[in-house]
Amino acid sequence: MADIVLSPPLVSGHKSLVEVTDDVCRPMERRPGLVWWAAFAVAFSMLLLGMAAISYEIATGIGTWGLNTTVGWAFDITNFVFWIGIGHAGTLISAILFLFRQRWRTGVNRAAEAMTLFAVMCAGIFPLIHMGRPWFGYWIFPYPNFRGSLWINFRSPLAWDAFAISTYFIISATFWFVGLIPDLATVRDRAQPGLRKKIFTILSLGWDGAYTTWNRYEMVYLLLAGLATPLVVSVHTIVSWDFATSVIPGWHATIFPPYFVAGAIFSGMAMVLTLMIIARKVMGLEAYINLRHLDVMSKLIITTGSIVGLAYLTEFFTAQYGGNRYEQFVFLNRAGGPFAWAYWTMVSCNVITPQLLWFRKIRHNWTLVFIITIFVNIGMWFERFVIIVTSLHRDYLPASWASYRPTSIEIATLIGSFGLFFTAFLVFCRVLPVIAMAEIKGVLKHGANHEEAHR
Amino acid sequence: MSQFQLLGVFGDESNLVGAIKAARERRLRIVEVYAPYAVHGLDRVLGLKRSRLSLVCLIAGALGAALKLWFEIWTAAIDWPVDVGGKPWNSLPAFVPITFEVMVLFAGLGTVGAFLLISRLRPGKQPKLIDPRITNDRFALLIEETDAAFDVGRVRALLERHGAVEVIERLAEEVPA
Repeated sequence: MADIVLSPPLVSGHKSLVEVTDDVCRPMERRPGLVWWAAFAVAFSMLLLGMAAISYEIATGIGTWGLNTTVGWAFDITNFVFWIGIGHAGTLISAILFLFRQRWRTGVNRAAEAMTLFAVMCAGIFPLIHMGRPWFGYWIFPYPNFRGSLWINFRSPLAWDAFAISTYFIISATFWFVGLIPDLATVRDRAQPGLRKKIFTILSLGWDGAYTTWNRYEMVYLLLAGLATPLVVSVHTIVSWDFATSVIPGWHATIFPPYFVAGAIFSGMAMVLTLMIIARKVMGLEAYINLRHLDVMSKLIITTGSIVGLAYLTEFFTAQYGGNRYEQFVFLNRAGGPFAWAYWTMVSCNVITPQLLWFRKIRHNWTLVFIITIFVNIGMWFERFVIIVTSLHRDYLPASWASYRPTSIEIATLIGSFGLFFTAFLVFCRVLPVIAMAEIKGVLKHGANHEEAHR
Repeated sequence: MSQFQLLGVFGDESNLVGAIKAARERRLRIVEVYAPYAVHGLDRVLGLKRSRLSLVCLIAGALGAALKLWFEIWTAAIDWPVDVGGKPWNSLPAFVPITFEVMVLFAGLGTVGAFLLISRLRPGKQPKLIDPRITNDRFALLIEETDAAFDVGRVRALLERHGAVEVIERLAEEVPA
């Protein structure tokens, strides 16, 4: 218990139960401010741009992208892996840290889980449009058909992927909704009779705060956390198998699953911080997302960032030491070939920048941490780009070597996915409680009691 | 015949816990406790049994895994075997990932489904709140009259001694189902 005594309270400023409800519900009940509208206008424009690009691509064909027969995966799959990775931090916070009894998570878990859902939505777009004929997207799932029935190939990592992502989305959404039920009831009971009250009455399922239900609810929450923990590890493991089970040098590596999972949590944690640093300011939730959160999450970024750095070194060393000429070439080509700029962007953003967080002064500076998280977001996007494009563009046969350059349509699609992500997040901030009130209330006395006891 | 009940409303977790302990010592019948959040350790104070939802989770998960494994083997090896890169028709190790995913899916949805069913929660259900502030900052303890020895005055005094901000007398028909 020593760490708890030494730690500052989870919620600053000795809030009462009513104050928690008021603070969290207030942003939902007043009209959105100018900042919100400005952000929404930007995000929604980006979303529209992306929708236009995707419509054009679907109407015209994959030829609108810069792919060729050598580089068959590039921007699309990079974006897919990037977004899936972003989602993983939400599940880490909501499930894994719950199992580890990390109570600070209560301040950020609702928003992080929402972020997971939106990131998985963004991710899901890319394999779908990459198919070229997205209206046949359901072919990836087995269903009785008039061709035999002809079934899907269950040995294919791409089929595993479809199941993993769908399950991940459904379970994350369920987990999120279960966590929301008591808070939806709180909003319902505050609302004046009208449409708002009706909607929240439907959503809150008739929750009345009975402890018998609370007791079962706790069990359900624990079980879902226990299920989501191996699930989240399995999802990025399976994503890494999309690459690792192939025989492409640079992809065919056993290190991929842990390397991808650590990278996913690294990038996701950076994205959670990016969003929360803005959200706490804009929504006036400084007491709930405080220095303590900044500190712990920065430390998680250093840890996972260092694991990622170690993975870069390991795969480079293994490739050179392994004696496979193709493998050796791919890695030398990564660091010194035409895409060296991307490789070194990745290394400096992912390995070097996060090391600044070792310093407490930097770790406790909201602006600096915000800047570092942006670097990490950029670096992790480049990591996937480097893995995918540099492994493909110079393959076994020099005659088929090619380069890759994204077209404006691909860039617009990437911008569009950010538009979807931020639009969804901004709407979420407006219509649902951003902080898990029922959880925060349970830990309100945490730290505060100890503080008094040790005074 | 409707039962006579006493509802103690509290503004603080520790008062609620104190009142429950006292009520249990006096062997009063506690119908239900209401709280805005899951009060830590209250299950032990109330002597509640561990929920058997974990069993539902296990069964649903096992069912999902078994069904999916059977389905994969049936489609790939029996119904229409397709030679993929010379791999065996029943490629068991390659079937593990999807089996795992479907297991998690069944276990998760099964557990939540069972929870909603057993707690009688469903979309659109009108909540019967025992106190309008129960989802905000109020705790409540509902005690029921069991026999003629039930002394309203003494129970009321007990609740008030433990910091009840309000004690309401009511009849059981008003109790939420």
